[in-house]
Amino acid sequence: MISAKPLESPRSSFTLQQEGVIAVAIVALSAIVSLINPDFLSANNLLDIAVNTAYIAVAAAGMTMVIVSGNIDISVGSMLGVCATIAGELARNGVPVPIAFAAAVLAGGALGAVNGLLVAYARIPAIVVTLGMLSILRGGLILVTQGRWIESLPEAFFFSQRSTLGIPNPIWVMVLVSVLTWLFMKYHRLGRAIYAVGGNAEAARLAGINPKRIYLFVFIMNGLLVGLAAVLYASRFTAIQSNAGQGFELAVISGTVVGGVSILGGVGSVMGALLGSLLISQIGTAAIFLKVSPFWLQAVQGGLILLTVLVDVLRRRRMT
Amino acid sequence: MTSKTSSAVTFLPSRLQSMLRTQEGVLLVLLVVIVVALSLLSDRFLTVNNLLNQTRLLTETALLALPMTLIIISGGIDLSVGSMLAWSAVMLGFSWQLLGLPLPLAVLVCLLTGVVGGAINGLLIAYVRVPPLIATLATLAIYRGFSFGISQARSARGFPEEFAFWGQGQIGPFPTQFVILAALIVAAHLLLSRTGFGRWVYAIGNNELAARYSGIPVERVKFTLYTLSGLMAGLAAFIFTSRVTTTRADAATGLELDVIAAVVLGGTSIFGGSGSIIGTVLGLVIITLLRNGLLLTGVKGDATFMVIGIVLILAVLVNNLVRRR
Repeated sequence: MISAKPLESPRSSFTLQQEGVIAVAIVALSAIVSLINPDFLSANNLLDIAVNTAYIAVAAAGMTMVIVSGNIDISVGSMLGVCATIAGELARNGVPVPIAFAAAVLAGGALGAVNGLLVAYARIPAIVVTLGMLSILRGGLILVTQGRWIESLPEAFFFSQRSTLGIPNPIWVMVLVSVLTWLFMKYHRLGRAIYAVGGNAEAARLAGINPKRIYLFVFIMNGLLVGLAAVLYASRFTAIQSNAGQGFELAVISGTVVGGVSILGGVGSVMGALLGSLLISQIGTAAIFLKVSPFWLQAVQGGLILLTVLVDVLRRRRMT
Repeated sequence: MTSKTSSAVTFLPSRLQSMLRTQEGVLLVLLVVIVVALSLLSDRFLTVNNLLNQTRLLTETALLALPMTLIIISGGIDLSVGSMLAWSAVMLGFSWQLLGLPLPLAVLVCLLTGVVGGAINGLLIAYVRVPPLIATLATLAIYRGFSFGISQARSARGFPEEFAFWGQGQIGPFPTQFVILAALIVAAHLLLSRTGFGRWVYAIGNNELAARYSGIPVERVKFTLYTLSGLMAGLAAFIFTSRVTTTRADAATGLELDVIAAVVLGGTSIFGGSGSIIGTVLGLVIITLLRNGLLLTGVKGDATFMVIGIVLILAVLVNNLVRRR
């Protein structure tokens, strides 16, 4: 039986990978929903789904790096809130908008560096560090903002409401970030090192890779991308709420995991995370088109997350 | 810094010395410091009434933290506990108010809902072998969705007066739920430290493959742990509903993080294989007292979140440093 197996790895075939499964699921869901309500496939609706997904997918690219390295970051929701608030507060107080945006991204990188240092050099498990950071940042944010919303932002601030070449800006950012991080992880030496460390940290160390540096690197990258996601998020609506980003970590981790990024580390791709995030948003929109009661929406969404994960688990078991 | 403390420690009796090397020892010292500091800062803190009252607020988190300790020791995690609590509470309100079941039967439905939720987690994790973090992340969304779907986001209220006994009443001088909790803490401690089942839990967390080869029924143990977690979520839902006299679909949102924080603060390794119920109880007490004490001394509620996050990271950091020596 084993000898009958083809020599090349089964993962080389696209349809056998989780990315392929999710792509098929997205197409199938679109086909079924559009049979019942043709408006679902209208350009407006598809763009809407993509815009809704953009800030999740950008953070999911960073989360992919963190999870592939064998770690996790559950502080991204609080980080998003902090970075969005920084961008908004600076812009409202007259700082030029590009500088305010850059400050938000850098603040994300700095927070990511704190997470990374604690994980890599103080050797505290990532889930503990980021659980602590989740409360610290959330508490600090509400303490500073006193629960007030940030309003009366300058017109230039609303980057996400504008389009370039007819396509909304968030979609450009999402595509650009996904393609660049995907190429980076697939072809760059440092990107490959993330897989090596996540697959087997000890073996990677013996091969001359310093796992600590990789951990620090992925957390900083993740922080920068969360900062970018915060810019997309903050510049979309007219006000920034003080509870911005609450529960965001679950959306990002769900998208990443549904896209086939193994929570055990070493396996998965940014494209998978992007498709997974898109699928989850699409399910939400599809449910509205199919007139599913909004109160049942979360159960449907959760059920489909479970379904795709089950497909992934069973497929992988068959392969081994 | 560390060498200084250790040279001071060498003058202490060896038993005390080895105790200070454990996370429980570190926590006990921390607890004493916190109690002394807070009672100096506020004269309303160290009163019997205040402390007993705090146990009411601590119970629901504590009930979930007991099975969570076992689950984390076994190398797993359960993120769905808050959602299971909400779903069970909603089922209590739904079956009593809309289906017209007698209240005791509705409470039974509530407990059974928790068991079903936990058993589904157990099936997925033990038998289908979905990683616990992912399985319970999905059921976190599903059970929360059930809570909203079944209740249509309406709350049930108007429970009869005697129902309040479980969440607001007293047995002697103690709050009812404190007595229940104390009994369950003792039971969980004995289960983990004095029975074969408890040793299996440690063995699975230390090395699952070795545990399997030595004949431990790994699947059955895991299934039992997650089902127990569900049962405790049902019980917590019952006590919670009795305490706040209403059932809401958004109850206990994010509670899983409080529960996990308490367990980890208590010295249970997130990688599995080590930990104790005593540690978890200390972790819970520290978080609750910090929150309450800081509020009494005039610190804003949101700042207490910061302090708890810092304490969580520092406690593990100190434990790492002590253990590395």
